[in-house]
Amino acid sequence: MSVILEEVIDSAAIASASTKRKSLWAAAIRNTSVIFGGSILLFMVIIAVLAPFLGTVDPTRIDPAARNKKPGAEVTMRLDDGTSVKRTAIMGTDSLGRDVYSRVLYGTRVSLAIGIAVPLVAVSIGLVLGLVAGYIRWADGIIMRIMDGLMAIPGILLAIALVSIWRAGLITVIFAIVVPDVPRVVRLVRSVVLTVREEPYVEGAISVGTPTWTLMFRHILPNTIAPLIVQGTFIAASAILAEAILSFLGIGIPPEIPSWGNIMAEGRTLFRVFPHNILYPGIFLAFTVLAINIMGDGLRDTLDPKMSKRV
Amino acid sequence: MIDFIARRLIAIIPVLAVVAIFVFLMLRLTPGDPAAVIAGDNATSDQIADIRTKLGLDEPIYAQFGIWIGNALQGNFGESFFFKKTVAELIAQRVEPTLALAICTLIIAIVFALPLGVIAAYRHGTWIDRCVMGFSVLGFSVPVFVIGYLLIYLFAIELGWLPVQGYVRIGVNFWGFLERMVLPSFTLGVVFIALIARMTRASVLEVLSEDYIRTARAKGLSNRVVLMRHALRNAAVPILTVIGVGIAGLIGGAVVTESVFGLPGLGRLTVEAVLSRDFPTIQAVILLFSVVYVGINLLIDISYTLFDPRIRY
Repeated sequence: MSVILEEVIDSAAIASASTKRKSLWAAAIRNTSVIFGGSILLFMVIIAVLAPFLGTVDPTRIDPAARNKKPGAEVTMRLDDGTSVKRTAIMGTDSLGRDVYSRVLYGTRVSLAIGIAVPLVAVSIGLVLGLVAGYIRWADGIIMRIMDGLMAIPGILLAIALVSIWRAGLITVIFAIVVPDVPRVVRLVRSVVLTVREEPYVEGAISVGTPTWTLMFRHILPNTIAPLIVQGTFIAASAILAEAILSFLGIGIPPEIPSWGNIMAEGRTLFRVFPHNILYPGIFLAFTVLAINIMGDGLRDTLDPKMSKRV
Repeated sequence: MIDFIARRLIAIIPVLAVVAIFVFLMLRLTPGDPAAVIAGDNATSDQIADIRTKLGLDEPIYAQFGIWIGNALQGNFGESFFFKKTVAELIAQRVEPTLALAICTLIIAIVFALPLGVIAAYRHGTWIDRCVMGFSVLGFSVPVFVIGYLLIYLFAIELGWLPVQGYVRIGVNFWGFLERMVLPSFTLGVVFIALIARMTRASVLEVLSEDYIRTARAKGLSNRVVLMRHALRNAAVPILTVIGVGIAGLIGGAVVTESVFGLPGLGRLTVEAVLSRDFPTIQAVILLFSVVYVGINLLIDISYTLFDPRIRY
C-alpha cells in the first residue's frame, strides 16, 4: 500500500514540477534580456574557441624589438626559420613586446573558464550544504554559524586571504573566489528547503516512509534549480570580475597566463603613455560581465519572479 | 530597544568567533613553520625562536588560539617584520585615507543614487527609468580599476583638471586633500550608486502604490513632498539594508581603488602585506575590516526604528 502511494505522490510531484519547469524555460529563452545577453556571451565563447584562428600569434611570445607599440603599428615578426613577416598590431603591444590583440583574445578563454568553473563549484558545494542545513536540524546550527562567519568577511578580502595562504595558481584562485560565494548559495538553498518541506506533498512523502535522501534529492532538490541558475549567473559575473581584480593586484593567476586581469596589471605602469593595455581588455571584460548580468536579470524575471523584488 | 541591542550584540559573538578562528587558522594552514613564516626570509634562528615562544607554538593549538585572541582583543597583533613596526602602529598610520575614501564615496553615492532611484520609480517604464537601470547594470559590470583609469585618463591626463594620483593628509592641506579625493571617490562610487539607485527604485516603486501616497496626493501635496517625505522615507529600510550589505563591496573596492590612485590606506596595506607574505598584518586587517562590516550592519539594524517607527523590537 505504502509503496503504491509513494509512487503516486512521486509521479504527481514530478509531473507537475516538470511541466511547470518546461513552461518556465520556454519563457526564459523568449525573454529579450536573456536573448540579448546570451548573444553577446555566445559571441565571446566563439572568440574563445576560435582564438588561434583569428589572426593571433602566440600570446606569450616576447619580442624585445616590438615593445610598447601603439595600436595599429606595423610590427616585424621574426619567425623561427629566420624569415620575417610584417603584421599590424591592431591593439598594440605591451612592454615586453607581446601582442595585446592575441593576449586579449586568448584571455577570453581564461575568463570564461573562471566564469564557468566558479559557479559550478560554488553551487555544488552550496547545494549540498544548504540541503543538509535545511533538512537536518542538528547540522543547521553548525553550518549556518560557519556561513555567517564567512559572510562577515568582505568577499574580495576573503579571497585575498585565501590566496595568501597558498601561493597563487589557477586552482588556488578559483578556490579563493568560490569560498566567499558559497554562503550565499547555502542560504538560498536552505531557505527554499525550509519553505518546501512544509508543502503537503513533502509531508505526504514523509508519511509514506520515503527515505531522507530520496526525499532530499527527488522532491526537494528540483525546487532549488531555478533560483540556483539565477544565482549561478550572478556568481559567474562576479567571479570574472574577482579574477580580474586579483590578477590586477598581482595576487591572481600567474602573470605568464594571458588573462584580462594580467594584461591590465602589466599595463598599469605605463598607463599614461599607453592606455590601450588597460582599455582593450577592460572593454572585453566589461562587455562579458554586462552580458552575463543582463542575462541574469532576464533569467531572474522569468525563472524566479519572487526574487525579482530583491536587488 | 535596549533588550534588542543586547540580543543583537550577543548574536554577533559567534559570527566574530568564526571570523577569528578562520583568521587564526590562516597562518596555521600555510605550509611551513608559522614562526618562520612570520619572521620572513631574512630572520635569524634567534628571532624565530623568540616568535615561537611569543605565539606559544609549543603548546596545544587551543592554547595558541587563546594566546592569540587574548592579544588581539587588546589590539596587539604582534610585529610586522616586513614593515619593521608593530601591526597596531602600521594600521593607525593607514586608517585616515581609507576612512576618508569610504566616507566621501558614501556621500557621493547617496547624493547621486537616491534622486536617480526616486526619479526612475516615479517615471516608471519611461526612457528615464530605462537609462537609470541601464546605467546601474553597467555600473555592476565594469571593474573598479577600469573606471578608475578611465577617469584618470579623462580628467587628469587629457583635461588636466585634477591630480593623477597621491594623497594629502586632511590636516595638512584641505584643498589638496579634496582635490585628490574626487576621482577615487567617484571611481569607487559608481558601483555603489548603481546598487543604491536600483534598490531605491524597487523600494520606492512598491511604496508608491500604497494608500497613504494616494491620500497625500489627494491632500494636494506637491510631487516633491510626496516623493521625498512620504515615499522615500517609507522606502528607507530596504535601502539602508542594501547600503549595509554593500559595505563589503566598498571595502573590497577600496583595496583596488587605493592601488589605482596610490592612496596609502588600509587597502594598499593589505595588498602589500599579501605580496610580502606579512601574516600578522594580513590577519589584523582582515579581522579589523570584518569587525567594521559587522558593526556597521548592527548599527543599520538598530537605525531601522528611526526611519520606520512601526518597527518595534
